[in-house]
Amino acid sequence: MTTLLEVKDLDVTYPVKGFGKKPFQALRGVSLDIRPGETVGLVGESGSGKTTLGRAVLGLAPVTGGSIEYRGRDIAHLGRRERRALSSEIQVVFQDPYSSLNPALTIEQILSEPLTARGVAGSQARTRVRELLGQVNLPADAGDRLPREFSGGQRQRIAIARALALDPQLIVCDEPVSALDLSTQARVLDLFIEIQERTGVAYLFISHDLAVVRHISHRVAVMYHGEIVESGDGDQVTGAPEHPYTQRLFMAAPVPDPVRQEQRRAERLRLLEQQREADEQALATASPGRTA
Amino acid sequence: MLQFILRRLLSGVVLVFVITVVAFSLLYAGGGDIARRILGQNATQDIVDRKAAELGLTRPLWEQYGDWFSHAVTGDFGRSWFTGQLVMNGVSSRLAVTLSIVIGATLLAAIVSVFLGVLAAVRGGAVDRVVQVGSVLGFAIPGFLIALGLVIVFAINLKWFKATGYIPITTSFAGWLTSVTLPIIALSIGVIATVAQQVRGSVIDALERDYVRTLRSRGLSMRRVVAKHVLRNAGGPALAVLAVQFVGLLSGAVIVEQIFALPGLGQMAVQATSSADIPIVMGLVTVMAVIVVIVNLAIDLAQAALNPKVRLS
Amino acid sequence: MTELTTPIAPAAARVSLLRRLLRNPVGVVSLAFLAIVGLVAVIGSALAPYDPNLASLQLVLAPPSPDHILGADSAGRDVLSRLLAATQISIAAALLGLVVALVVGVTAGLIAGYYGGWFDQVSSWFTGLVMALPGIVVLLAARAVVGPSVWYSMLIFGVLLSPAYFRLVYAAVTAVKNELYVDAARVSGLSDLRIIARHILSVVRAPVIIQSAIIAGIAIAIQSGLEFLGLGDMSVPTWGSMLNDGFSNIYKAPLLMLWPSLAIGLTCMALVLLANAMRDELERSVRPVGRRRRRAAAVVAEERPAVVVHADDAKTRTGEVLLSVRDLVVGYDKPDGSLTRVVRGVSLDIRRGEVHGLIGESGSGKTQTAFAVLGLLPAGGRVVSGSIGFDGLELAGAGEKVYRGVRGSRIAYVPQEPMSNLDGAFTIGSQLVEPMRLTLGISKAEAKERALGLLERVGIPNPKRTFAAYPHEISGGMAQRVLIAGAVSCDPELLIADEPTTALDVTVQAEVLDLVRDLQEERQMGLLLVTHNFGVVADLCDRVSVMQSGLIVETGPVRSIFAHAEHPYTQSLLDAILEDGPARGALAGTPEVAR
Repeated sequence: MTTLLEVKDLDVTYPVKGFGKKPFQALRGVSLDIRPGETVGLVGESGSGKTTLGRAVLGLAPVTGGSIEYRGRDIAHLGRRERRALSSEIQVVFQDPYSSLNPALTIEQILSEPLTARGVAGSQARTRVRELLGQVNLPADAGDRLPREFSGGQRQRIAIARALALDPQLIVCDEPVSALDLSTQARVLDLFIEIQERTGVAYLFISHDLAVVRHISHRVAVMYHGEIVESGDGDQVTGAPEHPYTQRLFMAAPVPDPVRQEQRRAERLRLLEQQREADEQALATASPGRTA
Repeated sequence: MLQFILRRLLSGVVLVFVITVVAFSLLYAGGGDIARRILGQNATQDIVDRKAAELGLTRPLWEQYGDWFSHAVTGDFGRSWFTGQLVMNGVSSRLAVTLSIVIGATLLAAIVSVFLGVLAAVRGGAVDRVVQVGSVLGFAIPGFLIALGLVIVFAINLKWFKATGYIPITTSFAGWLTSVTLPIIALSIGVIATVAQQVRGSVIDALERDYVRTLRSRGLSMRRVVAKHVLRNAGGPALAVLAVQFVGLLSGAVIVEQIFALPGLGQMAVQATSSADIPIVMGLVTVMAVIVVIVNLAIDLAQAALNPKVRLS
Repeated sequence: MTELTTPIAPAAARVSLLRRLLRNPVGVVSLAFLAIVGLVAVIGSALAPYDPNLASLQLVLAPPSPDHILGADSAGRDVLSRLLAATQISIAAALLGLVVALVVGVTAGLIAGYYGGWFDQVSSWFTGLVMALPGIVVLLAARAVVGPSVWYSMLIFGVLLSPAYFRLVYAAVTAVKNELYVDAARVSGLSDLRIIARHILSVVRAPVIIQSAIIAGIAIAIQSGLEFLGLGDMSVPTWGSMLNDGFSNIYKAPLLMLWPSLAIGLTCMALVLLANAMRDELERSVRPVGRRRRRAAAVVAEERPAVVVHADDAKTRTGEVLLSVRDLVVGYDKPDGSLTRVVRGVSLDIRRGEVHGLIGESGSGKTQTAFAVLGLLPAGGRVVSGSIGFDGLELAGAGEKVYRGVRGSRIAYVPQEPMSNLDGAFTIGSQLVEPMRLTLGISKAEAKERALGLLERVGIPNPKRTFAAYPHEISGGMAQRVLIAGAVSCDPELLIADEPTTALDVTVQAEVLDLVRDLQEERQMGLLLVTHNFGVVADLCDRVSVMQSGLIVETGPVRSIFAHAEHPYTQSLLDAILEDGPARGALAGTPEVAR
């Protein structure tokens, strides 16, 4: 099977405002691939660069090195016009369902935006909007409403519908459920999976929540300080992690069960102790003269 | 902190320099026409040319500017074309008048508007509505109409204050006070209206901050949180508005000096303008720009003292 | 899908700004006045009974008479005719300034705000330059060069006023540009022009209209002021030149000043009041959107379903009850006089040294319950009924006097968002020392020593440096440790923690949970832990209460609730947890690729 998206040795560096300040390198040599119909989960804590990677794929972050190939073509440095042409291939669902929908536009205006930008006629666009609302299980008459009339979960469905409007092959999902309540979160995740099984769209699914990523991803990559430290099958990375950071991350999330959480806590403290010892040993062997 | 001051100072110097370049090139761009305007339509071309040469207007513009600039840095802004008086002498004798009313109005406005703004934000209800309506009216009525009203009521009808003239503070403090009170009030009302609104808004904003709740949860009284934390946080935006308003005050002073017949920079500017006395106009523009830069620097420093984050930006 | 059954809120009426303005009394009056002024400006000179510049020596300073209703000025010209003609000139001049400012400021603001880069730098710098000069002085200088022309000076004044628009538009555009919906539009394939037209102009439009009313007022005031100085073209009648004439004859004919003053004053006032009315109406339409409390339980039904109570097990604490909340109702007064109840009858007990978890989804009223105990409900909120007993004290509806001996010293609070809960203008040390000196009455040096000890206790590596640091100089995890140190600084008996780890990364969350547990055990504090995370509950709590729409639906020892939840809502929450679910597994038909 061919790869849909291939990220190779990607560097992203943001210029820092102010004279003589050092630019901020958000990504360092990141490589990742996504196949058609596949979900690749990207886990990491704040500042790890996971959102930047998503934005780089969308053409919203300054790529300073490496390449992003979509169906074999480098899309890391496209002009505005060429990038616009890609809108029917790569789409996005953002984290915040409040600021990702323009509060002044009706749902129909929001959903028809990508369609009319491609020259779809008004009546056709309206039919398509109804279809899209159906796909995300919202009533067809929702089109006349404003975003503020919807709950967070419903808004996120609208954002998903917008991403689906042009039948993309890949959707970058940037923390799409982390602003939602627990029960809403589960339903929105199910919707993501259902859509994928029906349309064969691929997801780059970014989240800080290991459980969410585990639930939805075929494969998982873990980011730390702008680098991918571990990647592989979802089972393996989220069940039996190898990299010390992934192990810490895995152990840190509290289990919703008082008995097991007590064990997990003890295990975590043991792991931290082991890692500390290992670090000290590594330091000692690296510079034998310094540890007395 | 020192770096912050130096950076602001440098940008201020650059600003004044650019203003003088732009002002000079616009004012002197007329060349020979300026001489014609001075001498009137009846003068022969020959006399006009001689006058232009005498004033140095026939030289290239950049050369004239270089000449002006090299003198200006030593404090010499040249002489009036009509009276021959040194521009700097005129400016320095009038500076005290203008600064008296402008700085007086700034201080009065700062004190009154902080008081009104905090009162409106903390008390709310009727107090808030009165302050709101008052500041809308104070903002809406042009300052010179207020000045005219004050003259008519307090100077002409009630005769509480002198309608015109200026008494230097060195001659008599009481006399100085009576001569500047009405101008200061007239100037400050518009500023009070604007700044009080800003203070009210930023105090309300600061009151809703999370840290207010946290500080109160530690046992601090509301009064203390407002006096110490809210005021300090609301001060920054209020100072920024005050800085903008100060420039407006210099504008207002020109008109107010005319109404109260105060011998200040504004009056000098009006006279120089009607006679097209370009060296005086040029000198005044420069002095005003320097005043604004100094006041802005002072306000920047005050802001940096209030908020540590400002020092970094 | 269950979500289908959640009803969408009824469609809010969308009414145009103009129509709403017509319902606002101030708006109507100002609009009507401005319409009259506009009409006079257009047809006024035709209505004038005399030529406005016709001077007559017999009429010099003539008082009002049937022939000359408003009298005549110092040159013997008919005042009414001049006033009508002046309206046209003054309004046209102000409009010229307004349009120039609008075009220059809005265009530059849009380009600089949206594209940034060199244009942004240059125009921002230029704005600073223009704003550093007093407008009248520039106009005087210009007049010295170009002579007395109303039109030239208004053209220049338009440029001088353009920063007002520039800064407004620039601020709006830079704010909107970073909104996610603009990113989404870009990914959707919209061109820049389309994004500006659709998403950015719509945001800028209303503020620009409001600003225009204010700028028009300023333009009229400045233009009149300039003419009043006697620097205008004396052959052209304007409000300002009429005022000048009146002022120089103030002792001989005081009425002369009245008419231009009224024209200037009322027009400026109408413009500002109109701007104000527009702003009020716009704010009114935005206000109900508020993101916080977006789903305050508005259920009116007063029937209270039975609470599922689990029996205590061997591990639960017995001992003195520290906090006892009974039938607590918290409500917010709405502008129409009705009351929104966000907590509708909550009862819970916390014993000394016990950790009680309050779990629920957003809008369930859990945070409001916590704030009610602290007596720190947001503005408009109050305890409607019920009691909050704290070690013999009644806190429900208690005033500052009662709380003075309680907050900080006996009940303390750990907030959710670490950064916003520290005052950025003060050092961390001073924010720790100040409350300690007040509540414990100790000296500054003693408080400082204590603060340093606390910082070390909560695991801050370099207490001295953190003590002297400002909040923006430390990380979120460190800030949360500082807040915990502050909360326990006066040895409270009860700690109220509102989602204390929600804003933190998982690894930091684990460390902070360890810290909270250690401190709680060490000091035997009661702890009310508000959270939405079952993992956090499992980690810390002895006892847990589940909240839904302002009510507790199930309560009991933590093991019992997790082992056999009975209430359907608790069950649905537990079912939604993903932690224990299976991983999705590799995509069918793909060979395992090791990278």
